[in-house]
Amino acid sequence: MAGLIGASIKRKEDPRLLTGRGRYVADLRLPGMLHAAVLRSPHPHARLRATDASAARALPGVVAVITARDLGPVGRIPVRLGPRPSLEACLQPPLASDRVRYVGEPIAVVVAASRYLAEDALERITVGYEPLPAAVDARLAAEAGAPALHEALGGNVVERLLTQSGDVAGALAAADRRIRERFVVQRHTGVPMETRGLVAAYDAGTRLLTVWGVAKVPHWNRRVLAELLDHPEHLIRVVELEVGGGFGVRGEFYPEDLLVPWAAMRLGRPVQWVEDRREHLMAANHSREQLHDVEIGVRRDGTILALHDRFLADLGAYIRTHGVIVPELTAALLPGPYRIRNYRCEVLCVLTNKTPTGTYRGPGRFEGTFVRERLVDMVAGALGLDPAEVRRRNFIQPEEMPYEVGGAALGQPTVYDCGNYPGAFETALAAIDYKAVREEQAAARRQGRHLGIGLGCVVEKAGLGPWEYARVEVDGSGQVTVYSGAASVGQGLETTLAQICGEELGLPAEAITVIHGDSALVPFGIGAFASRGAMVAGGAVLEASRRLRAKILALAARLLEARGDDLVLDHGRVHVRGAPGRALGLRDLARAAAPGQPFPPGMEPGLSAQHFFEAPRMSYPYGTHAAVVEVDAETGQVALLKYVIAYDVGRAINPAIVAGQFVGGLAQGIGGALYEELVYDADGQLLTTTFMDYLLPTAMETPAGVVAKILEETPTPLHPLGSKGAGEGGSSGAGAAIANAVADALAPFGVVVNALPLSPDRLLRLILNPGSG
Amino acid sequence: MSERAIRLKVNGREYQRTVEVRKTLADFLREDLELTGTHLGCEHGVCGACTIVMDGEAVRSCLLFAVQADGAELLTVEGLAEGEALHPIQEAFWEHHGLQCGFCTPGFLMTLYCFLRDRPRPSEAEIREALAGNLCRCTGYQNIVLAAKAAAEKLAATGR
Amino acid sequence: MKPPPFEYHAPPSLEEALTLLREHGDEAKALAGGQSLVPLLNFRLARPRHLIDLNRIPSLDYIREDDGALAVGAMTRQRAVERSPLVRERCPLLAEAMPLVGHFQIRNRGTVGGSLAHADPAAELPAVVTALRGTLVARRAGRQRVIPAERFFVAYLTTALEPDELLVEARFPAPPPRSGSAFLEVSRRHGDFALVGVAAVVTLDEGGVLTHAALALTGVGPTPVLAEEAARVLVGDRPTPQAFEAAARKVSEGLRPDADLHASAEYRRHVAGVLARRALARAVEQAGGGAR
Repeated sequence: MAGLIGASIKRKEDPRLLTGRGRYVADLRLPGMLHAAVLRSPHPHARLRATDASAARALPGVVAVITARDLGPVGRIPVRLGPRPSLEACLQPPLASDRVRYVGEPIAVVVAASRYLAEDALERITVGYEPLPAAVDARLAAEAGAPALHEALGGNVVERLLTQSGDVAGALAAADRRIRERFVVQRHTGVPMETRGLVAAYDAGTRLLTVWGVAKVPHWNRRVLAELLDHPEHLIRVVELEVGGGFGVRGEFYPEDLLVPWAAMRLGRPVQWVEDRREHLMAANHSREQLHDVEIGVRRDGTILALHDRFLADLGAYIRTHGVIVPELTAALLPGPYRIRNYRCEVLCVLTNKTPTGTYRGPGRFEGTFVRERLVDMVAGALGLDPAEVRRRNFIQPEEMPYEVGGAALGQPTVYDCGNYPGAFETALAAIDYKAVREEQAAARRQGRHLGIGLGCVVEKAGLGPWEYARVEVDGSGQVTVYSGAASVGQGLETTLAQICGEELGLPAEAITVIHGDSALVPFGIGAFASRGAMVAGGAVLEASRRLRAKILALAARLLEARGDDLVLDHGRVHVRGAPGRALGLRDLARAAAPGQPFPPGMEPGLSAQHFFEAPRMSYPYGTHAAVVEVDAETGQVALLKYVIAYDVGRAINPAIVAGQFVGGLAQGIGGALYEELVYDADGQLLTTTFMDYLLPTAMETPAGVVAKILEETPTPLHPLGSKGAGEGGSSGAGAAIANAVADALAPFGVVVNALPLSPDRLLRLILNPGSG
Repeated sequence: MSERAIRLKVNGREYQRTVEVRKTLADFLREDLELTGTHLGCEHGVCGACTIVMDGEAVRSCLLFAVQADGAELLTVEGLAEGEALHPIQEAFWEHHGLQCGFCTPGFLMTLYCFLRDRPRPSEAEIREALAGNLCRCTGYQNIVLAAKAAAEKLAATGR
Repeated sequence: MKPPPFEYHAPPSLEEALTLLREHGDEAKALAGGQSLVPLLNFRLARPRHLIDLNRIPSLDYIREDDGALAVGAMTRQRAVERSPLVRERCPLLAEAMPLVGHFQIRNRGTVGGSLAHADPAAELPAVVTALRGTLVARRAGRQRVIPAERFFVAYLTTALEPDELLVEARFPAPPPRSGSAFLEVSRRHGDFALVGVAAVVTLDEGGVLTHAALALTGVGPTPVLAEEAARVLVGDRPTPQAFEAAARKVSEGLRPDADLHASAEYRRHVAGVLARRALARAVEQAGGGAR
């Protein structure tokens, strides 16, 4: 049906979600189902001595207590993105056996008749701990002599990364001005509203193991589970249910992804595990913690000559499925939208006795954008130039595309495919009325009020491959179903894919069923991450739909004795142009495609088509954030007055869904800029284990009237529709824009803004002690 | 005694059950009555995903015990629609893309049900303040606020 | 996060509740609104053997004028106080502070008595009752006593209530004519506990001179802090910005706040002064004497 692509149609998912009929994993109940609870280490670093679970096992209703000894020799969780031999020494076992390395590490699993009873039993397990010194601060952990987490590593630096191009030392020496600064991005993470959970059930007769509650990368997790359990992959079925948000954090393979299925198999009864919020904050992937020492060299007119960054990435106690991808991405995209011919980035990937880390929405970009954009504003300040002008002088221009940045990540060199950075930039400035805000700022200053405007220019990567699978089928009743190897995390995947298919097959989105995340129905898939849904999954659906359309028309041509280009496919029927009476419905065609019917030579029976969309190269969406803030200099409180995001997605399939991604991402970015932090004390205890301490923004902390401008100026040549990804643009620029706005507001005080979050305490301290940094 | 018999009305229907006294109202609704539309996001009264209406007021069902609802009248998200006809608040959310993953949504709907009843013509600022006790991690709230405004207009138009 | 096992009691009268409390002593906890207690139970940080649910007791839910004071029954829901025209008229400070307590869903269940008895060091109501020099009425089997606010909050999360005593009423004296009040707080997010909160009450004479001032702070110590030095320097003076500034300095100087995750001691000290100054200006304006 023409006009579906680009239409903000209502989402197919919504009716069931609005009426409470959406089924999340905690809602699943199976006969005989038991409930699991995980005993987690209260120590950041300790040797494990004896574990005595006899009192726990004796509690009525407790069916089992599982420890590492019960598991026996079992493999460790492998790296999904960018495996390297150097990481092998620090992979995580599903249950700690002789040593625990972070508060929250799983030690045992209780299975009982209810979660209430399971938690009662947890308290009756006695574990002998021999506390060891903990390495908590990444800087200290990186030094020789620090408590070592993994002996085989010989220290806590698990990997060193180097990205370089040009001659940084020479360029810095030739610069008119050099600015050095240290930047800190705090540990924080995605925190979806639904905590993690799983249900596993094993049929001993058929040997089929079913696991519900997977997300993000269902097929990959199934493979890992098969290996760790030593159970045939084809006898494992993973099923995604409704997913209450992912943000990179949910869906990766965690210890519980082995433990719960193992328990179900061993006990012969279904087992459900739903983590509570306290557990989630200490056990699900953390992210973002980086410490940068960066130097920039510029000419007098603001042109950037060189960028030299050295940073520490605090990865936590183990390497899990993300390997060192987050620091890798940070380094690859640090130069952003600017022409920086001389660039060097050295990374130390450090392990500490804290929760392991992984990707969180816009991994590497929230961090890198904050560092780079703050630096650009500092350059402007040092040279007495307008920060907008400095950016203009450094943007890579559209005619320079494709542009080789000089680094690499995720196995491919970083080459920007297309982009009009100045275009997005000017759009954002116009939308926020940059000139008018500057005037307002001057007037406010005269009244003793501190207004500030800040910019954050972002370049990201999206559409990560290597491929995605789709099959589109018309069944015997004429019903169209799309099977996609992608996964849902609540982002409107069903609707988006239905729109793409519907446009090709001439059907409204409501008439198309979209199935994903069930390995029994969708045999191949990569999943949902790295903003690949519209691009890669959408690309697969598009091609499969086009092939199916061609098949439909070929079959119809034969049956209607007409020529292919005289046929119209619309509203579930094929008819001859100008002769609507000569028509066949999809149901008729599906039946005509059954074996035994006469149909075109070379055509296989069945009315379906499949496609693997290959995406060997990523695309690079981009945009500009602009924020206006007012700071109360007596209390350090920040009010967000205005916010604009102008971001290019190439081609928006459903603009409302795209805008929703921007605004939703922005709220998380605001959290990262002003409110959220996972705080450890000096001994390695996690202090932020509740929502009273880990502060998520509410409707009062997010500004009204956020302007989210979806740009379609530079469709990517890497996709048939030109679509790039939209999932991460809302958060990536927020740390930068808000920090720049606050620094701008407080410029008269001479404060140095170089660390997040910008809490009232931190800001007041800066105001009262300028130069303290 | 660790169990009690309770009697209550949920979404217009009478129920009689025996419950463990420490079972929260949220767990009771979800497990004993199989009304899983009420979700648990934190179990300490901050996120609001568990919000239901008890005796006419919006409350956090994770901070109540089932035994405390003995004799009470409850409304949960499952009781909003009339058959297949969505409640105007639900319609407004659908039309304005007011949800993404949907996990927090029932809590927002029940909060708005009470708020719009008591304040039929709210300003944006009043809406945001009323919603500050419900956390959403997907939408960034903008469309939820738009949906709330639209819901207010719909309710005013239908005289509800 | 499921609560540990307990015995549950739902006494239908105050007397039965008191009997149960006397019987079970410190193995019992009273359940009022539950908005503070139930999270503690869910975290298993509180593990009472007996939970005494006060919500079936009808006689403790009232707001009335009584002998020049506003008398609020301990089981009165915070939301009822927020909506009460009598409170708005008779105790504007309480009316102003109420919407800052959590969110409306919390106030639908939370009670005035529960908040006061829980005595969170960053809660609003303890500062309000302290600034107004209110009193708290406590009952145990066979005895009732009236405790002035300054003696009610004893230590971190601890009041003067005995284990077998229940708070039954909070009394807020009505301000004399030409009085004004203000409640200001700084919190990380709307509805969170205050990092620092100030309740200010002033009274002016016909000439516009301050005859009474009270500043009570929350979030700056284990219990609400009455800034008496600051109040002293104000009384007898005209309410000028300089006077407010001097009082604010006295407020800050007198504080020894604790630090926590959300704010340092220096932050609290500094902002206490800022809020005191701002609250005094607002209170004076409300009293009808704008600072010129």
